[in-house]
Amino acid sequence: MSKQLLKGNVAFAEAAIRAGCEAYFGYPITPQTELLEHMSRRMIELNRVFLQAESEVAAINMVYGAAASGVRVMTSSSSPGISLMQEGFSYIAGSQVPAVIIDVMRGGPGLGNIQPSQSDYNQVTKTAGHGDFHPIVLAPANVQEAIDLTVLAFDLADKYLTLVFVVADGAIGQMMEPAELPPMRELPFERPSWALTGAFNRERNLVNSLYMGVEGLEELNFKLQAKLAQIQREEVRYETQFVEDAEVVLVAFGTAARVAQTAVQRLRRQGLKVGLFRPITLWPFPEDALAEVSERSKALLVVEMNAGQMLHDVRLVAGIHTPVKFLGRMGGRIPLPEEVEHETVALLEQLAVAV
Amino acid sequence: MDTVVFKQNHVQPLEKITYERPSSLCDVHTHYCPGCTHGTAHRLVAEVLDELDIREDTILVSSVGCSVFSYNYFDVDACEAAHGRAPAMATGVKRVNPGKIVFTYQGDGDLASIGTAEIIHAAARGEKITVIFVNNAIYGMTGGQMAPTSLLGQKTTSSPFGRDAQLAGMPIHMAELLAQLPGTVYSVRRSLHDARHVLQAKKAIRTAFEAQIDNLGFSVVELLSSCPTNWGMTPNEALTWVEEALVPFYPLGDYKVDERLQGRKGAPK
Amino acid sequence: MATGRIVIDAERCKGCELCRPACPQSVIQLAESLNTKGYRPAMLVDPLHSCTGCALCAVVCPDGCITVYRDLPQKQTSLPKYEMKETLAHVEAVA
Ligand SMILES: Cc1ncc(C[n+]2csc(CCOP(=O)(O)OP(=O)(O)O)c2C)c(N)n1
Ligand code: SF4
Ligand code: SF4
Ligand code: SF4
Ligand SMILES: [Mg+2]
Repeated sequence: MSKQLLKGNVAFAEAAIRAGCEAYFGYPITPQTELLEHMSRRMIELNRVFLQAESEVAAINMVYGAAASGVRVMTSSSSPGISLMQEGFSYIAGSQVPAVIIDVMRGGPGLGNIQPSQSDYNQVTKTAGHGDFHPIVLAPANVQEAIDLTVLAFDLADKYLTLVFVVADGAIGQMMEPAELPPMRELPFERPSWALTGAFNRERNLVNSLYMGVEGLEELNFKLQAKLAQIQREEVRYETQFVEDAEVVLVAFGTAARVAQTAVQRLRRQGLKVGLFRPITLWPFPEDALAEVSERSKALLVVEMNAGQMLHDVRLVAGIHTPVKFLGRMGGRIPLPEEVEHETVALLEQLAVAV
Repeated sequence: MDTVVFKQNHVQPLEKITYERPSSLCDVHTHYCPGCTHGTAHRLVAEVLDELDIREDTILVSSVGCSVFSYNYFDVDACEAAHGRAPAMATGVKRVNPGKIVFTYQGDGDLASIGTAEIIHAAARGEKITVIFVNNAIYGMTGGQMAPTSLLGQKTTSSPFGRDAQLAGMPIHMAELLAQLPGTVYSVRRSLHDARHVLQAKKAIRTAFEAQIDNLGFSVVELLSSCPTNWGMTPNEALTWVEEALVPFYPLGDYKVDERLQGRKGAPK
Repeated sequence: MATGRIVIDAERCKGCELCRPACPQSVIQLAESLNTKGYRPAMLVDPLHSCTGCALCAVVCPDGCITVYRDLPQKQTSLPKYEMKETLAHVEAVA
């Protein structure tokens, strides 16, 4: 396979297809619509299931039904649609069936706008629905990673019987970059043993999130918590650049991390000791790795395209020992590398004075 | 499948079973209140699954309402949808199991209030599912609040002065409404208030499943049903109320029967 | 007229009494005793063997408690006539 020029949204869709996605249900919303449009053509060509639902509420409940039937299934949306899907996320989590959600985030709150944003960090990592659960949340920073993480999302969903989000901002959804698609996977011949396929020659299967008794529901929650703990131990992913000797480490994900990376590279050329820490899994958040980096550095600078949502997780990790500064742009603005450089240099100067 | 009983030393059978609990029902006791016709509706569906011999191919999507535990009562693969979303969940199940028989079992709050978008669009798409719609003119499970199907003047725990059209609008006729949609091949209303009507309801349920077996489109049977507990009546009084109050307002009948279904049991002559 | 009998699963029965008015022969009554769920189960009280096995009771029973049997027409050789008469006379004497 060779590289080709791909738009982020198309890359998500085609990667899902090649990862063995057998069913897609979605509802149009900018800036992810090309994803749905690509699916509408390719899935039908491949004799797989594509359906444009009447709403995001319906779409996620269709996903729930297909997931309960044991096929690889996904939906995609953008922030307002993700808000609407929360009901389904919670039921899927409670029923422990695998599903993949792609969220190409836009500016909020309300109808907000269609510009790139990281406005859903809290929503997807912490408040994706009622009850105690966290989806796995993967955050690509370029088109190649959008592809790789989409494939990984399906594998993790199946492995842990859980919801997996891939979150990107509108910039990644819309940008064209050279990237390589994986080969087409064979679809599995059989469905998992728990799937709804008709109780032919076996006991009946039940996919359910209702537990009227106290014991039953607490037991389910203990199981869910144990699974989440295992995911926290085994599935943390992140990337670091120049953190070994960095005095100031920038913490950013997605498009904000690309901007931060440009700033770090330029500042390094000027001989300044700065580094980059980029969470790839937003949940589980790379707490231990960041804690280590934060202990070694003098300060952290969080860069986000929101009012400071990941900031809280970084502060929890850094504790009181390492100062944490924040640079955020909202309303669909992407911070400029110059802004980030300026803020970083200012921080380095403050630190020098303090010493 | 009549079973005959032999007595020792008698070569000739003495009697045969003419009615027996359907095997598609699990051998459990239901949580339904005494005399609640949810149980009757369950039995009829199970009898049809037995007669058509489709139990092993059938997947139930249960809904939120008193029938929330129906997945414990039917001996079939099952899942439990969010309130009102059963038609969407059933769509997901059916699309990836096109050869299976998928049915939802929904109350009137579930189907005619919170789930209107999902039911209308499942019907509009001609989703090849069967919907058993139990209309008891009330929110049974949550303690007898007004449903979109509650009658004018009906006193409920959330319409203590009786349903007022100015305040709450008029009740919805779902069987008629769903019949308007092009994807619907079968939409009828039946009642469960006496033996004759129960038998008619069963024929309709059978036709609705046959419509799905033949892959024709969306089929729905609305069943006028009782809720003695929240209506504050004895079970027999409740059936009388179904007959005297619900049936006149919600006329029984066939609102859509695709021509390919004509001539089947339960279809109009 | 055909004859038959019903067997009611007393543990499953909720004593709702829907079967009672549904029975054209009026041979169903509620028991005085309670089942373990605390309901008075329905029972067949049919001393004259007037149950026809029509199954209307079973058709309306929401809990699927009722099994219906119908007697098959018997050849002459079955029970001797006098035995049957004696039984009927006995029932009438009691009633
Ligand atoms: C999203 C949501 N809203 C509200 C409820 C509470 N609720 C449970 S059942 C029910 C009404 C069910 O009424 P109906 O569908 O008529 O069924 P019935 O109990 O009468 O058979 C409601 C409002 C819920 N479970 N979920
Ligand atoms: S509350 Fe009403 S609908 Fe619910 S089980 Fe009791 S009688 Fe039936
Ligand atoms: S079978 Fe018919 S006659 Fe016999 S008890 Fe039932 S309803 Fe009555
Ligand atoms: S209808 Fe069924 S549950 Fe009700 S009293 Fe008769 S046997 Fe019992
Ligand atoms: Mg109701």
